Amino acid sequence: MKKKWKQVRSHWQLYLLMLLPIIYILVFKYAPMYGILIGFKQYNASKGVWESPWVGLKWFRMFWESPQFGRLIGNTITISLYNLVGGLVPPMILAIAINEMRIKPVKKIAQLITYMPHFLSIVVITSMLQQILSHNGMVNNLLASMGLERISFLGKPELFPHIFVWSGVWQNAGYNAIIYIAALAGISPELGEAAQIDGANIWQRIWHIDIPGILPTAVILLIMGSANVLNVGFEKIFLLQNDLNKRASDVISTYVYHVGLKNMEYSLATAIGLFQSVVSVIVLFIVNKISKKVTESSLW
Amino acid sequence: MKKRFADRLFYLIDWTMLVVSVVIVILPLMNVVSCSVSDASAVGAGKVYLLPTGFNTKAYEMLFHTQALMTGFFNTVFYALTGTCLNIFLTVICAYPLSRHDMHGKGWIMMLFTFTMIFSGGMIPNYLLMKNLHLLNTRWVMVLPGAMSVYNMIVARTFFMANIPRELNEAAAMDGASDLQMLSKVALPLSKPILAVLTLFYAQGHWNAYFDGFMYLTNPKLLNLQVVLRNMMSEIASMMGGEGAGDMAAAQEAALMQDVVKYAAIVFTSIPIIMVYPFVQKHFVKGVMIGAVKG
Repeated sequence: MKKKWKQVRSHWQLYLLMLLPIIYILVFKYAPMYGILIGFKQYNASKGVWESPWVGLKWFRMFWESPQFGRLIGNTITISLYNLVGGLVPPMILAIAINEMRIKPVKKIAQLITYMPHFLSIVVITSMLQQILSHNGMVNNLLASMGLERISFLGKPELFPHIFVWSGVWQNAGYNAIIYIAALAGISPELGEAAQIDGANIWQRIWHIDIPGILPTAVILLIMGSANVLNVGFEKIFLLQNDLNKRASDVISTYVYHVGLKNMEYSLATAIGLFQSVVSVIVLFIVNKISKKVTESSLW
Repeated sequence: MKKRFADRLFYLIDWTMLVVSVVIVILPLMNVVSCSVSDASAVGAGKVYLLPTGFNTKAYEMLFHTQALMTGFFNTVFYALTGTCLNIFLTVICAYPLSRHDMHGKGWIMMLFTFTMIFSGGMIPNYLLMKNLHLLNTRWVMVLPGAMSVYNMIVARTFFMANIPRELNEAAAMDGASDLQMLSKVALPLSKPILAVLTLFYAQGHWNAYFDGFMYLTNPKLLNLQVVLRNMMSEIASMMGGEGAGDMAAAQEAALMQDVVKYAAIVFTSIPIIMVYPFVQKHFVKGVMIGAVKG
């Protein structure tokens, strides 16, 4: 004990360095967690968080019993599971395609170009979608020139999840492939050579060597992604949302925004947000546990 | 014979897939750029696909006269510069002690930080905090709430742990160096690659940031570029207004130009990112790798 204390004291400068970051995290990350209390209270701005009266689970019950509940959960889960698959599978295929390409310049160019859109902002992506999918945008012009009818893409609720997910694939598949390409590079080339001597063709090599080689990476990404089943990114959905597609695009986070900042029902919105975070954490733990048992890959 | 056929088929599919992916990524980008420099009537009639029709830069001239966009541009430059400096400073002073094997209690402190990655207060408590700290509608709100990313801090810590040999620190300690001197004289000179990665991660984040500006700013003088771009997409008519009011012909032309100006605004917002991209993309890849080692 004494020895420990002495060591701490001799490194006082290290603890001094930590001071600002710790203050930062307490003020900007933990203080809002204290603010969650208003989800259990009748928040009154003039009384503050602590003095506002308790109401127990009133807001949670109100949310669970509201007519929107089923639709919100449904939309959220549909979009995020679809998005999870879109974020895992296409990058994997792209990574294998890039990895197997023998001609170096082609490989380089394919990588350079496919991960460029990742760096564009979400506002730019959604603005591009609005323009390209608009009545006289590129896609509708193509349809019209082929004699087909113009489609109001962003006005159709049934198209919303597809637009959301596939624009995400367009933007991020190349970037997400990086991590798989690294995993593929880590597979010992001897395995491939041995397989070749045994007469395996490329398909068999990919199936028996490459895929098992990148599976652990995929599982880790799946675990991290699954924690977000209830928090699909607010920004992109919000930016693509309009009155016509709202039926399919209303998710928990956009609803929280609406209830909290438009209707100023702070307590109700906080409760809904908390419900979302808690479910996410529980899902993360469950998926991690299952993964640990089944595949031996886990976050901790 | 059979194996050769299977392999050939594979390469055929491989080539096709890569070519198709590249084309799909490029087409929309080319379309947006071409529309931004095309004749407004050609864009309106849907004649512009991949190459400009009636090349002109009128839309860009109009952009430079749109006060809100210019203000947004300079605001974002300011937020990105100050924000990134603060980010780097905090990230380094946080990651360095936590990377030292001889720091006691670092496990607990790490938990304090990583917990915020899986659980957060949420939108409303965050908003109320900014309100209570009187940060709404100030320049601070674009810099302070995101002063450090825990993810990037862990990336930096991983780098320090892997690249600063313990013996070097021990030797420095023998020479009587303090911990602060070890950071400035031993660790930092060895850390140029990670500093580059962090600068890029953070700067790109600031450039593309939308949420904080959207949530916490209403004063038009403070808005950042992405928020202004978003506003332009929906309220373009009022933002371009002013010029040639009362003149029917000018008003008509402005109305016709609206779509082209939108395309130009999208390009304008992305140009800085696209311009530096070829030079810096290597560092991003490096950053992803370091992060993946212990994410």
